[in-house]
Amino acid sequence: MAAKYQRGLHRFALLLTGCTLLLVVAGAMVTSKDAGLSVPDWPLSYGRLMPPMEGNIFYEHGHRMIATAVGLLSIAMAVWLWRSASPRWLKITGLAAVGGVIAQGVLGGITVLWMLPPAVSSSHACLAELFFSTTVAIAVFTSRGWQAGAVPVEDRGLLPLRFVALFLPVFVLFQVALGATARHKAIGSIYHIANSALVTSAVLYVTLRILLHFAKHDALRRSAIVMLVVTFAQVFLGIAAYMSRLATADAVQPIPVMVTFTVMHVAVGALTMAASVLLAIQVCRNVRRVAAPQASARYVTVS
Amino acid sequence: MKRWVGGALLLAPLTWLYSCSGSESRSNTAALPLAQVDATNGATISGKVLFTGAAPVMPVIDMSSNPTCERQHGERRAEIVVVNPNHTLRNTFVWIADGLPKARWQAPSAIAHLDQKGCTYQPHVQGIMVGQTLEISNSDPVNHNVHAESRVNAAWNESEPPRAETRLKRFQEQEVLIPVSCSVHPWMRSYVGVVAHPFFAVTGDDGSFSLRGVPPGTYKLEAVHERFGRKQISVTVAPQQSAVVDFTYGS
Repeated sequence: MAAKYQRGLHRFALLLTGCTLLLVVAGAMVTSKDAGLSVPDWPLSYGRLMPPMEGNIFYEHGHRMIATAVGLLSIAMAVWLWRSASPRWLKITGLAAVGGVIAQGVLGGITVLWMLPPAVSSSHACLAELFFSTTVAIAVFTSRGWQAGAVPVEDRGLLPLRFVALFLPVFVLFQVALGATARHKAIGSIYHIANSALVTSAVLYVTLRILLHFAKHDALRRSAIVMLVVTFAQVFLGIAAYMSRLATADAVQPIPVMVTFTVMHVAVGALTMAASVLLAIQVCRNVRRVAAPQASARYVTVS
Repeated sequence: MKRWVGGALLLAPLTWLYSCSGSESRSNTAALPLAQVDATNGATISGKVLFTGAAPVMPVIDMSSNPTCERQHGERRAEIVVVNPNHTLRNTFVWIADGLPKARWQAPSAIAHLDQKGCTYQPHVQGIMVGQTLEISNSDPVNHNVHAESRVNAAWNESEPPRAETRLKRFQEQEVLIPVSCSVHPWMRSYVGVVAHPFFAVTGDDGSFSLRGVPPGTYKLEAVHERFGRKQISVTVAPQQSAVVDFTYGS
């Protein structure tokens, strides 16, 4: 199944991932700067391809320009994957990314034309993180480490690790959805804040279980550490974003400290989503479930 | 699972918006008798909107994101709370919220104006009647967008480049207050009170208001301020009577 490593393809995937993260940051800037409706028309901007980049038009039209570039890169990525010796499922993942970026563009257009209905704007925010996770996954799938093959380990834990690892990205996505709907004022922030404790607990459970039992497995250990680091960074950024929002609630316009923390919270949120997807992928790839757990030997590393 | 979640996320907005559509009720006022302001026998309700306590200091607007806007001002403060020297509150919308007999009031032919000048809205708060024309102009050399954040009337968001033709808008339903904002310059915010009758006023630099030609009756008089919210007072007036009603807000 493992195809030959192609450095150019992997680097292009990394470029797409970097540009997508930049796009997420640009999108977060649009919302944080209250720039979402500064360009009322779509797909053109003020009836032109290039409007004057004054005031918040810079953020909204800049977001559209980066999105266009990411769309084109996604198409190029899919074509490259299709023409390469990559496995069929990876080629389909490339096509799915193109479908995702097109859907994302349409949602972005609808949210402008319909003047930011919370459901559409929140869906736009959630799909952004799913698309980013897809690009990160493609970058991993095309990496040298991935194509070196799996290193199976056995899981004899009471709760199947594959199940909880697969559950994690769904839980993180739910948290992203709560954050997005709160940000677009459809619900209160309390749901996002309360659920953050549950998500953090789930992340701790999965990552500590991996670090305690599969610490010698490079791919699993790295994925777990990345997941832990971005989750804790995300929690602290969330607190900072919330506090800065409270402190500037009476401001007449978005204040830089609030914009900075909120944008960082959104960007690291995308990294958290991607890290949870990668962790699930690595667990599904490397961890084999073995029945009949015994108290003394629930986990066995297969060399 | 991911596919299912993705599909649900895509379908959610459509189902939500579909469920929300058509919820607006359009009042049928055509069958109601036509009413007119009776300047001779009508009563006058007047008063002031007072403010107690220390006046909040409004933040200085940071217009650095658009140097053209910045050049037009020195230090300009937000107009959210403006306390007059006589301890009254400016920019408060006062209107008869309830109690008028069912009638159809003719909208004036005079056009109301909302200008974008110096990257601010002028006036900050104003009242118009249902069906009255609101002319929106851009006196600035920069692009603006005008977003009427109506909840009862249909909301709209349109660009208004420099030297563009003025936009003429009408609101068909009573709605107090409609925020009007510019997302290009997020400090720009104005409020329009759309009322089905002519008994409304906006307090100015002496904090006073006066409603003339009010038919005799008992009314709920309401003051609405963008920061301090709504306050209601019941008032009864006889023909040709003058009633004085003061509202009091505080910090």
